Amino acid sequence: MLDAVDLAVGPTEFIAFLGPSGSGKTTLLRIIAGLETADAGEVMLDDKRIDLLAPGERNVAMVFQSYALYPHMTVAENMAFGLRNARVAPAEIDRLIGDAARVLEIEPLLDRKPGQLSGGQRQRVAIGRAIVKQPRLFLLDEPLSNLDAALRLRTRVELAQLRTRVEAGVIMVTHDQAEAMTLADRIVVFHDRRIQQVAAPMEIYLRPANKFVAQFVGSPAMTILPVRLADGGEHAAVNLGNGARIETLVPRSSLPQSAALELGLRPEHVRVSDGADAAIEAKVLLVERLGERSLVYAQLADGAAITAEDKGLSALKAGDAVGLAIEGQAAHLFGPDGTGFHRAAQ
Amino acid sequence: MSGAAVRRRDPGLAFVAPFLLVYLTVLILPTLHGIWLSLHRIDIWGDGRFAGLANYSRLLADPIFWQSMVNTIFVTLMIVPVLTALALGIALALNRATRGAAVLRGIFFSSAILSVTIVTLIWRFILAPDAGLLGELWQVAGWTPLPFLSAPGFALWALALTTIWWSIGVPMLLFLAGLQQIPGDLYEAAALDRASRWRTFTKVTLPSLKRTTILVVMLQTAAQLQMFGQAQLLTGGGPSGASRTVVLFISETVFGRWELGYAQAAAEMLFVLILGVTLLQYWLTGRAGEGEGNGR
Repeated sequence: MLDAVDLAVGPTEFIAFLGPSGSGKTTLLRIIAGLETADAGEVMLDDKRIDLLAPGERNVAMVFQSYALYPHMTVAENMAFGLRNARVAPAEIDRLIGDAARVLEIEPLLDRKPGQLSGGQRQRVAIGRAIVKQPRLFLLDEPLSNLDAALRLRTRVELAQLRTRVEAGVIMVTHDQAEAMTLADRIVVFHDRRIQQVAAPMEIYLRPANKFVAQFVGSPAMTILPVRLADGGEHAAVNLGNGARIETLVPRSSLPQSAALELGLRPEHVRVSDGADAAIEAKVLLVERLGERSLVYAQLADGAAITAEDKGLSALKAGDAVGLAIEGQAAHLFGPDGTGFHRAAQ
Repeated sequence: MSGAAVRRRDPGLAFVAPFLLVYLTVLILPTLHGIWLSLHRIDIWGDGRFAGLANYSRLLADPIFWQSMVNTIFVTLMIVPVLTALALGIALALNRATRGAAVLRGIFFSSAILSVTIVTLIWRFILAPDAGLLGELWQVAGWTPLPFLSAPGFALWALALTTIWWSIGVPMLLFLAGLQQIPGDLYEAAALDRASRWRTFTKVTLPSLKRTTILVVMLQTAAQLQMFGQAQLLTGGGPSGASRTVVLFISETVFGRWELGYAQAAAEMLFVLILGVTLLQYWLTGRAGEGEGNGR
């Protein structure tokens, strides 16, 4: 179900698999864990091929989305189960569980059963069960998705702290870009069962490999407008539908041989303006007041949707006609096949 | 209670009344009537007279009753553990989504839809001393065929075998339902925890089936303590009472000797036995569920 995946993870790197449902990210995680078999290919860990080993022999630990705690065992038994199966000495098991319980602050819960715990507590136990195994690689399948918003933020911070305590790589599957951006060293963006881009979070944000990545990462999503390449110098200039000229910093030499391109604009680079710098007119559909700024969802004369930013105390309301100023230096261009082109790296 | 509250309860009563009526007439009243009968010396034709606990004291001194009681308990102890283990084994083997498994589930369940008459007929063919299937096999092995149904040491075993074959379907279905309730990710977690197949079975599957197992044991115990049809049709309770069950004793007492009150007293003894066993298992179920809750 996955096509052509080639990915290398550093020994203590935190990797996020980011993508919409059904994009193949969980499948890849399960292939690494050994819960599913790949039709072809190899999985290596520390230069050792592990895809032929049983899941338990791979030196990986997994935290399941549903936590998958054994319901009839106490918290301590849940954490000890894997160690006992691996014939770890009882004193060592007690020490490992004690350490993990202290770090995760679940010591008072050790004698309880999962049914007596809250969602957040179960989550910690599931992480504890992974930690005591001292694996080379942690696999986290949507670890925060079953928590409520406040707890999710707190646990996110704790996960970030946790990774500094363990000497192991982490792969986390998530569909939440904020989780991926804040936790990961590198993000792997999945779509349509293919890897779209592998890069550091800010690289993904600033230099998206293609239109899908550009629109999937960043909230609200990047505006995409059809444009035509205009004559000019070293950097590409484009004309909007109404003829307005936008000067980008994308090197003209990098672009494909096509006049029809698409312009990518993040909301923070489209400003509401009543001055002479307004490049285009739009009709306001919705204003989201976030406090420090307002997001303006608007529609151009040709019907295309565009998202702009305004000051916190915006006087706009739905139905207003506004002028929009476009910050061309930050704009992205996309070729006919969706490939992204960006200003030269600084 | 205020008038409004009474009025609010009236429609509710109307809804449960049909059930209550049936429950009263076919269950509660006969039960009370049975207790009343057991205290009388009475035949099925005429009026009896009050006899106090005379029927019960006569029962306690009746070796035929005690033999049937021992037979009943013994055959129940033979059947329930084997039936439970076998049903679990079959359910484990057939708990998969293949066409073959679906067909086999149907085959294993099919015996449950047969009436006791047909079941005993089938097993008579198998266990008949001459020309029975088992006898033939015995001869192939070079042994002299045994009269399985008329040898004192074998009659109860024959009853147990027949009953297990007949009753395997429902427990198997209950175990299959229980198995399908176990979340698949528990097995994945166990695989990542290096649990062997045996450890996975004893530490994940079996504990998850605790309630189902208790239910199966409870239902089967109550059913087998009331065994009647197989005993009457397969062995007639013989030889010399070696396979007479309590219900067969009751039936013989009423329809053979017309002693309604005496038979009723035996029925009350069986009732108390079943009630006791059921309450014990009910109490065990409550303990099994302690502390687990429904979360995981």
